[in-house]
Amino acid sequence: MINLLRVEGVSRSFGDRRVLTDVSFDVPAGRMTGFVGANGAGKTTTMRIILGVLAADSGTVTWRGAPLTPQSRRRFGYLPEERGLYPKMSARDQLVYLGRLHGLTAERARANTTDLIDRVGLGERAGDLVETLSLGNQQRAQIAAALVHDPDVLVLDEPFSGLDPAAVDTLVTVLRERAAAGVPVLFSSHQLDVVERLCDDLVVIAGGAVRAAGPRDELRAAHTRPRYELVADDDLGWLRDQPGITLVDLDGARAVFDLAPGHDDQRVLHAALDRGPVRAFRPVAPSLAEIFRELTQ
Amino acid sequence: MTTFAAVRLVAAREIRVKLRDKTFLISTLFFLLFAAGSAILPALLAGTPTSVAVSTPADADAMRQAGLDVRPVADDAAAERLVRDGDVDAAVVAGPQVLALDERPADVLRALSTEPPVRLLDPDTVDPVAAFLVPLAFAMTFFFTSQLFGVQIAQSVTEEKQTRIVEILVAAVPVRALLAGKVIAGGVLALGQIALIVAVAVAGMRIADGGGGILPLLGPALGWFVPFFVIGFVMLAALWAVAGALASRQEDIAGVSMPVQLVVMLPFFAVMFLNDNPLAMRILSYIPFSAPTAMPLRLFTGDAAGWEPILSLLVLLATTAACLAGGARLYEGALLRTNGRVTLRRAWRDRESVG
Repeated sequence: MINLLRVEGVSRSFGDRRVLTDVSFDVPAGRMTGFVGANGAGKTTTMRIILGVLAADSGTVTWRGAPLTPQSRRRFGYLPEERGLYPKMSARDQLVYLGRLHGLTAERARANTTDLIDRVGLGERAGDLVETLSLGNQQRAQIAAALVHDPDVLVLDEPFSGLDPAAVDTLVTVLRERAAAGVPVLFSSHQLDVVERLCDDLVVIAGGAVRAAGPRDELRAAHTRPRYELVADDDLGWLRDQPGITLVDLDGARAVFDLAPGHDDQRVLHAALDRGPVRAFRPVAPSLAEIFRELTQ
Repeated sequence: MTTFAAVRLVAAREIRVKLRDKTFLISTLFFLLFAAGSAILPALLAGTPTSVAVSTPADADAMRQAGLDVRPVADDAAAERLVRDGDVDAAVVAGPQVLALDERPADVLRALSTEPPVRLLDPDTVDPVAAFLVPLAFAMTFFFTSQLFGVQIAQSVTEEKQTRIVEILVAAVPVRALLAGKVIAGGVLALGQIALIVAVAVAGMRIADGGGGILPLLGPALGWFVPFFVIGFVMLAALWAVAGALASRQEDIAGVSMPVQLVVMLPFFAVMFLNDNPLAMRILSYIPFSAPTAMPLRLFTGDAAGWEPILSLLVLLATTAACLAGGARLYEGALLRTNGRVTLRRAWRDRESVG
């Protein structure tokens, strides 16, 4: 039995407005899958359908090869986009309660809660009513709430939004541990730099349709144009006249350029060396933001 | 985990939170003081018997038999002096003549006069004071309890919507388990509070006048009041939960719950004002929303046949089942719509979660 969460051909409309069209992607075990898209692209709707909070008009979500049931979903950990806990309950009581609702025994729920309170850095604040906690601590409690029942699958909607840098680091550590333990982790974010740093796999969604899905590095390779950066001592304006070169950026002695297919990068390097010392010459991989822009245009 | 276990967890949380809620505790304490006070105060306020100075032994016996505080004195002059000094309320002197300062002492006069015996051909089975107080107590108990706990159920539903924790809950347990847990918790708290109040009131009455009185009379009516109350409460609780689910913020509850408040309020006033009209009471005792107070009342006054409470209870049960089924559907349809007020039509038509 393979620990794979698979979304297959999911479509959904709200009234006349179609928000998801034939959305399919995999969230494999042991990997962090980043789910990126602009606001309103359909990330939250997809996640709510995975959790069964929303029904799909068509399509299926399967876990370990079988359609999801309320029992299998109870073993999922979910961080909704809009955060919230009971304001008049202490973080600790709340975590124990949520753990038990997800099927843990009272004893286990208490042990996990104590452990998590430590891990997310809630410490002695855990006994305070949630409404009296600082925003940062409320976020920590919220993250703990998604993890308290040792979920089989983690679905986190914008887990990093509103977190201070320390909390981001804590969360990253915890999520990496869970992924390493074989849990599929799906998280959405519009902070592409965070996604780039964290995810192993990527799903790019735009206008309710998946534009690309797969391992991040493959995606990057597929979208890498032959682009180079060249740094020399003198002005590089001469590059402009070289065959096959399109300048992307020129700043005196530093240039970024694309090379048309069939042109040799080494020839450009030799030409540069003929003109004087070369300090750097390297291929440039596009950033996720660039790939994203290209995919969603 | 079974749905039943989920219901129990939800109910247990609701009860635990409520038992730590200061407002709830203080209001319960207030009710208890009120109950104890109204049981004990009448006996305290009844005050001391009228004191009367008497100069002839024959009159003194009559006064004693009437329960008055008798002060034998040597002669009429001494009696008059005591009245003038304010040491006694009245005096009986030769004649017999009654002396008092500024008010006719009614109980002294009654003790001295003879009344012809009266034979009532169609006596009221119930003491008129009880006949007035018991309907009031039943109607008030049901009205205030269903109102108070109903609003709290609605608030707790809206709180989950407003804080968005509902998404986590719905992903974990069936929506109906949430609804059932809340209704059960409300019922347990309501019954618990009433039981406590009744216990305090009964204890108070025992202390004040040695029991007796009205309690034995209430027996059968009270026995019927409990099932009517419980089922009626569940029916209203389901409606309150729907009202809570239709609202998105606490401020919306008052507006959304207007229809529910009406079906609580109108029967209350109907029973209060029409409880001496047999036809009206007969009708009210079969309408599910007034039956919980009207039927026990008719049993109390003794004008309901033995089969009547059973039929009425069945009607109430059927209505409650319908309210629960419809309420659950509306609750499911409205719970996850967090943008503003949800209309009944929308809540009925599209249910969202698949859990």
